[in-house]
Amino acid sequence: MRNLIRKLRWPDYLILAILFVFFGYVWFTVGGTLNYNWRWDRIPNQIVGYHTVREEYFVGLLLRGLIATIRICIYAAILAVILGTILGMARCSTNLTIRMLARTYMECLRNIPPVVVIFIFFFFFSQQLVDALDLARWSRNIARNDEASPLWEFFFGDMRRFPAIISGAIVLALFQSAFVGEIVRAGIESIPRGQREAAKSIGMSRFAEMRYIVLPQAFKKVVPPLTNQFITLIKDSSIVSLIAIPELTYNTLELVASTRMIFEAWLTTAAFYFVLCFGLSRFFARLERRREGQR
Amino acid sequence: MNDRKPVIVARNIDKFFGDFQALRDVSIEVRAGERMVICGPSGSGKSTLLRCFNALETHDAGQLIVDGIELRPESPDIRKLRQNVGMVFQQFNLFPHLTVLENLMIGPVKVRGMRRSEAEATARKYLERVHIPEQAEKFPAQLSGGQQQRVAIARSLCMEPRIMLFDEPTSALDPEMISEVLEAMVELAQTGMTMVVVTHEMGFARKVADSMVFMDGGEIVESGPPQEVFSNPRTERCREFLSQILAF
Ligand SMILES: Nc1ncnc2c1ncn2[C@@H]1O[C@H](COP(=O)(O)OP(=O)(O)O)[C@@H](O)[C@H]1O
Ligand SMILES: [Mg+2]
Repeated sequence: MRNLIRKLRWPDYLILAILFVFFGYVWFTVGGTLNYNWRWDRIPNQIVGYHTVREEYFVGLLLRGLIATIRICIYAAILAVILGTILGMARCSTNLTIRMLARTYMECLRNIPPVVVIFIFFFFFSQQLVDALDLARWSRNIARNDEASPLWEFFFGDMRRFPAIISGAIVLALFQSAFVGEIVRAGIESIPRGQREAAKSIGMSRFAEMRYIVLPQAFKKVVPPLTNQFITLIKDSSIVSLIAIPELTYNTLELVASTRMIFEAWLTTAAFYFVLCFGLSRFFARLERRREGQR
Repeated sequence: MNDRKPVIVARNIDKFFGDFQALRDVSIEVRAGERMVICGPSGSGKSTLLRCFNALETHDAGQLIVDGIELRPESPDIRKLRQNVGMVFQQFNLFPHLTVLENLMIGPVKVRGMRRSEAEATARKYLERVHIPEQAEKFPAQLSGGQQQRVAIARSLCMEPRIMLFDEPTSALDPEMISEVLEAMVELAQTGMTMVVVTHEMGFARKVADSMVFMDGGEIVESGPPQEVFSNPRTERCREFLSQILAF
């Protein structure tokens, strides 16, 4: 820290001063001109609150949203990796039709705005699926059944919200699978041709060649880009708030609508996303460095 | 040798890459137990011919029968054939994510459906054969080039092939490692294995080859017993080539 201060030169001080003035001005406008009434003291209640009558702690709206976001992202990531692997392999298929289908799907997703994609997937796919399987009634039954519900709730939270969580995860996974597919394709293509030829020369089928030779090597190569993609997925997950999935962004919108704590709520939510994504990216970077070290 | 039955029969093979003709009207016969050495300048189609023998390339015209199976595109027997025809590559092509032992076992276990214990015994036997039993637990990247190529030979042998193809097995090696690989190949030749070897190691050719083929421009220019080809090449192209590689 002291080293850092010693390194500062006058341009640094100038820049810092300008920043200071700018934020001071914003602060002043918000507080003074807009007559904004800061109520930071009410934010903790939205994270973990204490119910004075029932004398117990409860999970606030924002934390509930954060947990839902984490759940949705984990399920979406798992699904996206499965779909993306299939897509990536399809892109490298020898069959022209399969290759073209995969290509079309991926190009569509990469050239249509995410919001539009999300709506299309929601109305055309995940909602139909939820209706067809009658997931709403099924999950309500679980919610009523006291014995079965704790395990389900651990994985999916409030079971009455199960259909929403699941369609959020599906929509997000379908959307992300295109990018995962591209990463997997690049990974598969990075495996030298000699590897496949060696596999063929000992009589392996195309399936065995993929399963035992190409994919294990490709997966090692795609771990770093996939972890980056996972962080992108967390950030992109906020757009499923548009289809009323009760995750972090959606809950923040609700909180703002009901309490008008615009700045506090959004700043808190921004901090949640930042800590989550930044923490994960540091964590993955450390894992990666350790993996490099082992080699 | 001439009374043995032919295991590779090629008749008038043509092979094109786009407009480029890599093989022109190639006819060749390899008999059971025969050791054939193919040489020729770079780009003359040696690798292409060898790769046709185990269907890594498909020929465009002519007839090719290997180990009793006629090769045609999409022939259902191609995998069966490849199990009986081993191939050793210039770049070794070991599987870097598997240990040496796993490299040798994956073929027998996943392709032949052999039990792991049995496959491991086979693998250790062939590692012994190529004189590196102590490297079994290492990964390919931890071995020298010569050791890697011997592992590659052992990997092919684990499939108990009837024919072994070698595509310039010593060309990617440092000079001091060439002899250890050649030695393993000579020992293999002594077991009576049918071998087709693309190489410029003329010492090896003199020592073990029953027949010698010289290729140029996608054609077989000359073929015959090695002494004959060496001492008395009939064509100018072959003479020039031999004098170049024998110069040092
Ligand atoms: N996959 C391919 N696509 C296009 N041309 C090829 C391919 N493989 C080989 N060739 C060409 O065919 C010719 C013969 O190649 P190759 O059989 O590898 O020669 P050699 O092994 O005798 O050096 C070369 O001119 C090479 O450029
Ligand atoms: Mg070659």
